[in-house]
Amino acid sequence: MNFEEGQVLEPQTYTVTRTDLVRYAGASGDFNPIHWSDRVATSVGLPGVIAHGMYTLALAGRALTTWLDDPERVVSFGARFTKPVVVPDDDNGVEVEVTGSVSSVDDGIATLTLNVTCGDAKVLGMSKATVRC
Amino acid sequence: MALDPSLSGRTFPPTSPYVVSHEKIAEFTQAIGAVPFENGETAPPTFPIVVAFAAMTALMNDPELGIELHRVVHGDQRFEQSRPIRAGDELVATLTIDTLRAAAGMDMIGTRTEVATTSGEPVVTAYATLVHRAGGDA
Repeated sequence: MNFEEGQVLEPQTYTVTRTDLVRYAGASGDFNPIHWSDRVATSVGLPGVIAHGMYTLALAGRALTTWLDDPERVVSFGARFTKPVVVPDDDNGVEVEVTGSVSSVDDGIATLTLNVTCGDAKVLGMSKATVRC
Repeated sequence: MALDPSLSGRTFPPTSPYVVSHEKIAEFTQAIGAVPFENGETAPPTFPIVVAFAAMTALMNDPELGIELHRVVHGDQRFEQSRPIRAGDELVATLTIDTLRAAAGMDMIGTRTEVATTSGEPVVTAYATLVHRAGGDA
């Protein structure tokens, strides 16, 4: 896809369940128990098990590569972890939505601004990617 | 307890070489629910965390630093890539503490992890801020 300034990208919605967190823990090597144990999560003041920040960022990256088609074009990508994604212990999980737009195109590099939300909460802040056009 | 300010600027020894397999890329891609890239060899944009995480874990486990793992929160993460990681890459990660700042009972540890091939080709730089909350005795 070629990007133009102001372009709005197709919103992506992903469902996150406890199974996803367990699978991500194994794949990433991050076994912090706040991502799978309610007992530990609540003992440190969280409302319950939360998704790995890096799992949420990976979902934003999944949206990014869906828009791009080609991972070779990514120059930089990142975000701040602003709010946790609390994942209930049920079969439905929780939805994370990733929207994005092209904030600038300059010298063959497009800057994309991503907005990642869970319900009313903005779960990633300052989420940006730069990609080769 | 606040961390020793002299740690700022310190570079830690590189991690052991990590060989990226097709299977690991497939496992990670499946774990985030993404569709594998056509060539089956290119890793998703956040895959470098698999290699960088080993360097961050070594930092957090270093007894000299006195970091308590359960008090650490991931503040932010950014990747700047020369190219994506691909199957067959043999990678090492070298972590440097760029900045160290204490505020409101927390240490903000700004880290930079250079991920390169064992032959010295730079692949990706991972920047992370780790927030270390002071314990009850602080």
